[in-house]
Amino acid sequence: MRLKRDHSLVFWLFLAPVLFAFAMVIVVPFFLGVWYSFTDWSSSPRTGAGLAFVGLANYARSFADPSFLYSFLITVGYTVANMAVINVVAFSLALLVTSRIPLRKFYRAGFFLPNLIGGLVLGYIWQFIFNSAIPQLGAALGIEAWSRPENLWLAKSLPALFAIVVAGTWQYAGYIMMIYVAAIENVPLELHEAAQIDGAGPLRRLASITLPMASQAFTITLFLTLVNSFKQFDVNISLTSGGPSTIFLDKPIFGTELLAMNIYNTAFISNDLAMGQARAVIFFLVLAVIATVQVAVNKKREIEL
Amino acid sequence: MRRPGGKGLGLGLMTGFLFLVFMFPFFMVLVNSAKGPFEVTDSPLAMPADWSLLFANIGKIWTSPTVKYQASFIASLLVTAGSLVLINILSSQAAWALVRARTRTSNAIFLVFVAAMVIPFQIVMFPLLTWFRTVSEVTGIPLLRNYAGILLAYVGFGMSQSIFMFHGFIKSIPLELEEAATIDGCARHEIFWRIISPILRPIHATVLVLNGIWIWNDYLLPLLVLGKGNDLMTIPLAISNFAGAYVKQWDLIMTAILMAMVPVVVFFLVAQKSIIRGMVAGSIK
Repeated sequence: MRLKRDHSLVFWLFLAPVLFAFAMVIVVPFFLGVWYSFTDWSSSPRTGAGLAFVGLANYARSFADPSFLYSFLITVGYTVANMAVINVVAFSLALLVTSRIPLRKFYRAGFFLPNLIGGLVLGYIWQFIFNSAIPQLGAALGIEAWSRPENLWLAKSLPALFAIVVAGTWQYAGYIMMIYVAAIENVPLELHEAAQIDGAGPLRRLASITLPMASQAFTITLFLTLVNSFKQFDVNISLTSGGPSTIFLDKPIFGTELLAMNIYNTAFISNDLAMGQARAVIFFLVLAVIATVQVAVNKKREIEL
Repeated sequence: MRRPGGKGLGLGLMTGFLFLVFMFPFFMVLVNSAKGPFEVTDSPLAMPADWSLLFANIGKIWTSPTVKYQASFIASLLVTAGSLVLINILSSQAAWALVRARTRTSNAIFLVFVAAMVIPFQIVMFPLLTWFRTVSEVTGIPLLRNYAGILLAYVGFGMSQSIFMFHGFIKSIPLELEEAATIDGCARHEIFWRIISPILRPIHATVLVLNGIWIWNDYLLPLLVLGKGNDLMTIPLAISNFAGAYVKQWDLIMTAILMAMVPVVVFFLVAQKSIIRGMVAGSIK
């Protein structure tokens, strides 16, 4: 039938541009990358030599590399800490800006503002704050310990990681807060009123009404904060550049090099493209598994409105 | 609607205090942009001795060859605007085609697009460079270090999530609308442009905002596709060029950051309602 044939042509024409972009930017590089991770791919051209297949060598070497193991460890730790801090802060802010205080809308916009500043710029701002402003603040408040150079947050690995959490929280809390605000405002007023008549105080209502009703929001916010924390790169680069050096498993390494940066550095500084690619594959698999598990677990506990 | 509970004054003060804490970094940037190099390290917290230094510093950044402010700003604008226009048009029409086709192929394609949303940039970034280089050599069309490559990259990365959002929205548009239009003599593509597109405006806004914020502030993709030492730089590249120098001139770095932030903040204050509405609606879907 002629109508059906024209129908299909228009559809394929509409699909063609995105299929092209998708193939060029995602499909081809993805499969190329997986293939390369099993070879000795590198950026230096070797005359006459093709690509040698090395099997799982790149993966084995990565798991034997202290810097990769360390990055993996601190990225997991950072992700957990970041998720916890951001969500607690965001939810608390959401509760505050949905209560009966003046200037609510103004505060909401203000808390959201940092989200519009890119991670890179944000990292430089906080580098300045941690290195210059906080010692000065210590001097002003009479806390002498803050002014000593060895006590600077960015001087040691663990506090430096917390510094990244602080900067990351400043960046995302406002956005996550907005999602919670929508969830809190969605709770029907009658539920709260009925509970109040039954004598429930604000904390009780929070635990028994607000939190369960926000379960759908939690699925989304936990997913977003999980994925964003795991992939953290921009703030990492500008705030700490990998941070102070430290020793791990008898090897000197970067103290705050999260996974994304480790992958980047393996390829561009150590010039080992194939191993960097193998690490990227591991990165992808771990992220995909954790994110899927998180969403599946949260979905089971969601309450359908 | 007023929520019950909450003592106005106490919570109000606490929120106000938290607000000031959140605004502190902005204050730091503003105040330290108006200081000289020594004042910045000596007294970062204090108000500047001479506010007119702000204009002197702005002038230095405006003319700085490392930052190339005007060029970088225009580059960021073109890359972001270009990507947004392409993503919105191409994703909306693709999503419509996928919804209305209702064949097994179209469903499969949609599922592949959705699955691709999980793919992090890291796993494709290196092969992407090699692939673009190969294509450039074979076809003679340069894809690296220019607008073409970076726009293509942003369309490729942005379309999965955008198609997902349009798809959900289009499914709720009744088919009768299109059938009536067909009876009235509308051709298939006219149905999309004349009838469906206007209905999609709210989702267009959401997609624009979400992609816009990401693309404007993106660092890693431009770093790879445009490369370092390129005349073509987006603002994050320009800032990192300047702030990453060995000798850090914090007064000027703060000024450069201020000049990078101001356009975004102004835009936000102007388009506040739509931006916030767009972001939240999009996330919940």
